Amino acid sequence: MGLLMELTHRCPLQCPYCSNPLEMDKPNIELSTAEWQDVLRQAAELGILQIHLSGGEPTARRDLEEIVKTAAEAGLYSNLITAGVLLTRERLQKLAENGLDHVQLSIQDADAENADRIAAYKGGLLKKREVGAWVKELGLPLTVNAPLHRQNIENLPKIIDLALELGAGRLEVAHIQYYAWALKNRAALMPTRAQFMRTVEIVEEARERLKGILVFDFVVPDYYAKYPKPCMGGWGSGIMNITPSGKVLPCHAAESLPGLEFDNVKTRRLADIWLNGPAFQKFRGTDWMKEPCRSCDRREIDFGGCRCQAFALTGDATNTDPACSLSSLHAEWVKVADIESAKPAPEFVYRRIGGDKPKRETA
Amino acid sequence: MAEMIPRTRTIVTGATKPQMPRHIKMRHDAGRGRWIILAPERVYDPDDVAVAVLKLCDAQRTVNDIAATLSTEYQAPVDVVTADIISMLQDLADKGVVTAA
Repeated sequence: MGLLMELTHRCPLQCPYCSNPLEMDKPNIELSTAEWQDVLRQAAELGILQIHLSGGEPTARRDLEEIVKTAAEAGLYSNLITAGVLLTRERLQKLAENGLDHVQLSIQDADAENADRIAAYKGGLLKKREVGAWVKELGLPLTVNAPLHRQNIENLPKIIDLALELGAGRLEVAHIQYYAWALKNRAALMPTRAQFMRTVEIVEEARERLKGILVFDFVVPDYYAKYPKPCMGGWGSGIMNITPSGKVLPCHAAESLPGLEFDNVKTRRLADIWLNGPAFQKFRGTDWMKEPCRSCDRREIDFGGCRCQAFALTGDATNTDPACSLSSLHAEWVKVADIESAKPAPEFVYRRIGGDKPKRETA
Repeated sequence: MAEMIPRTRTIVTGATKPQMPRHIKMRHDAGRGRWIILAPERVYDPDDVAVAVLKLCDAQRTVNDIAATLSTEYQAPVDVVTADIISMLQDLADKGVVTAA
């Protein structure tokens, strides 16, 4: 079992595909160090094996070192999911000494100018290269995460080279998922079907060529898939997400669903939330399903796809995710991708919420 | 610090001295009553044979040494055991779970 800990929603980057919820937790309601440490001890007792320290940008928390230390003491395998730009060598060394197991570094592009434009952060790629070198120097294993879309897709071979150069053992080539903020920018991000197919070929070739050197994880965009993704590997079956303020969610986007009640680690034990919390019960298993999911042979393979996407696009979270070719809405929905990707890309709507002073969005 | 990520593919042979890199952690999960391997973004669930092999992957023993030990223990022909171990370790090496010392 895995636990995604969103330590903060603060982030210095302004990526147009930000996966944080539209309504973010403010810094003044973030859990304290002691509260996160208690969460970690409870997680270990519950049988959680891996924790993913995420955000926002988790290194924006000054107590990250202490949190990592507690995770290691509790026997949890810790993964830092970071944009890297706030790190110093000293902090990274301290994190390694405190037992951090793995670093996942995001890269917006292999081309510095374009990478910095996408993240709206000057000097970002240069800094990430520096962080990559420290990770290697300190002997930590590295995964590079590269979100892919029409504005960097042509550089995929260079992104693979960059991952190798940084000494990564894994590369996540992750086509953007169009939820939350990314949905606002769908037309600016959606690749054409031909561009997408080309990435499949590139990854297959590289996977073979780099066997035993670089492990690839490839995430396809829903719009060009035949079947939906098994969101979170099945609702409430193996992953928990805790927001900066302590709300426990079955999926990081679950707050977009109406009528769900979320428990908070401040008022209820983690094990009780996992087993009995109403939000976790809601779509666990297959009893909630309607047709065509209910009688589908794949119902325990992909669990009808993403509840949040089903709700966002159909108005009913118990419907089949339109990403599924068996959804009555699929054909109509797929056209959107073809139409939008064929037009010139509009300007990005940046996510201008950074540091301690969130600015009003200008979109 | 030692190079942890190989820049060439590890090809497992009888003479290879396999080891698990520091960031790969195999441990017994008391709650579930089984062994697990913790790796970046992955949890593996090794079977009994894999556990027996991996426990001997100490960067000192060669694959041939490990095969000799296990063929005695399991009373199986050493050439069959060697081939099985090489195939299993090659798969794990390609996943980054095992490297050669």
